[in-house]
Amino acid sequence: MSVTQAASDDVLIGRIAQGDRLAMQVLYGRHHVKVFRFGLRLVRDEQIAEDLISEVFLDVWRQAGKFEGRSAVSTWLLAITRFKALSVLRRRKDGELDDEAANAIEDTSDNPEIATQKKDTSETLRRCLNGLSQEHREIVDLVYYHEKSVEEVAEIVGIPENTVKTRLFYARKKLAELLKAAGLERGWP
Amino acid sequence: MMAMKKMQEQEPSEIELLLPWHAAGTLNARDARRVEDALARDPELARQFAVIQDEYAATIGLNESLGAPSARAMQKLLDAIDREPARAAPASLRFGAHISTFLASLSPRTLAWSAGLGALALMVEAGVIGAVLMRQPASFQTASLSMNAPSPAQAAPRALVRFAPEARVTDITALLDSYHASIIDGAKGGLFQLQFGDRAMTKDEMTALINRLQQEKIVTLAVAAP
Repeated sequence: MSVTQAASDDVLIGRIAQGDRLAMQVLYGRHHVKVFRFGLRLVRDEQIAEDLISEVFLDVWRQAGKFEGRSAVSTWLLAITRFKALSVLRRRKDGELDDEAANAIEDTSDNPEIATQKKDTSETLRRCLNGLSQEHREIVDLVYYHEKSVEEVAEIVGIPENTVKTRLFYARKKLAELLKAAGLERGWP
Repeated sequence: MMAMKKMQEQEPSEIELLLPWHAAGTLNARDARRVEDALARDPELARQFAVIQDEYAATIGLNESLGAPSARAMQKLLDAIDREPARAAPASLRFGAHISTFLASLSPRTLAWSAGLGALALMVEAGVIGAVLMRQPASFQTASLSMNAPSPAQAAPRALVRFAPEARVTDITALLDSYHASIIDGAKGGLFQLQFGDRAMTKDEMTALINRLQQEKIVTLAVAAP
């Protein structure tokens, strides 16, 4: 995100704090797709993810006056989204979650022949990225797709910066394991 | 001893840990230079970086394939905002209210004295300004007029619009015709800035226009431009 956009996001938040609906709509237009995708990757349900973004931006409407501008608005939005997504996940039954995680991994590791036959590296990569745990998925997405720095990821996830770095390293190792099980060797690790 | 050696071998180096951020271009200049130097020296690290670049591209592809939320999400948000309690007045207005309360608490006699002193201060100030101006040499300046700046009364309404991915050029052209609209900027983040007609609209007219746009099949998002 450009410095100019970050600055204008701050201006929009200032106007939202004064009750400006138009500023709210512009901020929504600017960020809702990325917020939706981040939420969807966490909760894995489009309907819930849509409800989630309404709640996230409603929180922005309510809390805009308390935003101090110490981080980028997009970082703040992702932190709220993560908090709300995790609350949703906690409300689900543990069994349901385990099944879901197992299914996701099964998709990749139980069908190595199919994946090999396709010889489609990027498709296999995508399926294995989906097979990562929620903790690993979010850090991969934040760094690669949302282009967040070490410091920003630490702020969104609420962990120390060194943990951010090692967590991504182990997420990548896990991804390599899933890819290997799916018949894709990449020469690392 | 062997176990310790194995652990050290598995422990990633600081540079290795930074590779994903280097791929995403989010390292500061100093760290980026450190990583570049290490990549130039270490072929093993360079091989791992190539793997990371594949992961980076696949993650972007995966996220981009997720699509976008429907217009329902925004409508739900706006409905929720409508149900929110009215905002407290901004700090400047609250300060004004404090002043009014303070003045109301003063007795009539105190207020009369204060007003008298205020009037006297204004007369003295006016006298000083007048004296300074009388000493200025006679000259004049014209006010500048920018022909580019639109008069607020003539400002045509504008909106930010995102078209559905399946929208064809002919669909968009037909929509622009039916709304007497033209694209004046875009597509930043997939949003086009449209201008409607050549006359200003009231707030209600603008709201109706945005609502109509949001109902269009080929429009996934429409908001009034600031």
